Amino acid sequence: MNKQEKEQYLRDYGTLKSQGKPFFPYAVAKDSAMAIVVMAVIIAMSIVLGAELGPKADPTSTTYTPRPEWYFFFLFELLKVIKPPALVPLATIGVPTICLILLFLLPFYDRGPERRPERRPIATTAGIFVVCAIGYLTYLGAAAGPPTEIDIPIPANVSSQGPEAVANFEAGSQVVAQSGCAACHRFGENGNSGPGPALTNIGARLPAQAIQRTLLNPSAPMPSFSALSEESPKQFAQMVGFLAALK
Amino acid sequence: MAKIKLPAPPSNPLSSPKRPGKKYGPTGPLGHAEEAGLTAVGWIDERTSLSGGLRWAMFRKVPKGTNWFYTLGSATMFAFLSQAVTGVFLAMYYEPSATRAYESIRYINNEVFLGEFVHGMHRWGSSVMVILIFLHMGRTFFFGAYKYPRELNWVIGVALLVMTMTMSFSGYLLPFDQRSYWATIVGVNINGTGPLVGPYLSEFLRAGPYFGATTLSRFYAIHMLMVPGAIAALMGFHLYLVAKLGTTAPPWIKAKGPEELREDEVTVER
Repeated sequence: MNKQEKEQYLRDYGTLKSQGKPFFPYAVAKDSAMAIVVMAVIIAMSIVLGAELGPKADPTSTTYTPRPEWYFFFLFELLKVIKPPALVPLATIGVPTICLILLFLLPFYDRGPERRPERRPIATTAGIFVVCAIGYLTYLGAAAGPPTEIDIPIPANVSSQGPEAVANFEAGSQVVAQSGCAACHRFGENGNSGPGPALTNIGARLPAQAIQRTLLNPSAPMPSFSALSEESPKQFAQMVGFLAALK
Repeated sequence: MAKIKLPAPPSNPLSSPKRPGKKYGPTGPLGHAEEAGLTAVGWIDERTSLSGGLRWAMFRKVPKGTNWFYTLGSATMFAFLSQAVTGVFLAMYYEPSATRAYESIRYINNEVFLGEFVHGMHRWGSSVMVILIFLHMGRTFFFGAYKYPRELNWVIGVALLVMTMTMSFSGYLLPFDQRSYWATIVGVNINGTGPLVGPYLSEFLRAGPYFGATTLSRFYAIHMLMVPGAIAALMGFHLYLVAKLGTTAPPWIKAKGPEELREDEVTVER
């Protein structure tokens, strides 16, 4: 907006304002009505949905599903859209940071005098696109199944080692499933395909030693399983054994 | 909306000169009560001069065409106030220690009178506030209301949005159940992958290299003291700028000069 356009806007706005109504009581009445609606919605949600509490936080437990509050789903899902590990920092911080900076600076690069949405095609299209993207990612996050079930056929090399190996494999599968690994990793047909890499063939790519090291000292955002290895070394060994057998 | 005749702003009764021949002073108990009120208000106003500012804020005009979309901002503020009030009542029982937090929330839910109700209001109120703040931002964006001369107010609004998200992130840990614990660990780790400041940020949030006993009290301090104060302060500045610059008119409303107006009125009369 140049100086002339600014003055034009202020003049037009002054005219509109002088033809308007006083804030009190007209706008206050509408705001109060809206406040009553907001209050009613909050009270209704509290009564209907309650505030139930899950089991107590237990750092050593392996049954958890790391799910954020629903309005963070779109950020969480963004991690799954961007796959290559090298780009994960870009997804986690890069994209949200850039979007945030763009949001902060919006009035400084969009300086045109036009305000009607239908006459600002770029801004309106971008706005609708962002709304749809956030809505879609939130839907994806909400639709993601509970990551506590892993159903993988027993590999031939395990079943050939006898019933004890099969039992260990199944126990490991249970531990992995209960640990919520499938929230971020894919196991054949089960689990989410991101943010973490697929573990369908992890045993072929990494030896058991390396898997154990990764579980104890993972790269962010994966949580460490050192607590599990201290509390229950047997379960931890089963977990490592199961992952190493995935070939 | 029906036309209501507005009362004129009250003039200071103490400053009007007395007329001879008329009886002055309060009559009856109602009159005394009225005068007591006026005296108290006059006493405060004499020392603060607040009435001018109040009149400026309350009796300013909002432009023609202002519709229900313009209530979203005040609705967000109202949701924040609801969060503040319910939060104060929760804080009366909550204990921010890793060993006691969960039990104190369970005590609120099971034992305290209306405890689960207030807890639920606080919990779902956060969702309502996030929805309202996004709707308010959408209205501002699509109506082009962030443009000159309201650029600064947009920037403050985005800061308020970030703080609201910080509030819900820090509040999510406080019940200290499995879901909140592990979700927060992952969330903090995600922060840690950021470039440059990421590791420092996640270490600050965790109060150390690992998730420990002090992490919860740190989240509690952020949730209770740091961010709400900043939100209240910025909200005040946001409101001041709204009153100062005026709320926008919907972009499709055209300003009419005096001549056009007259023509308009003539056609209406015909």
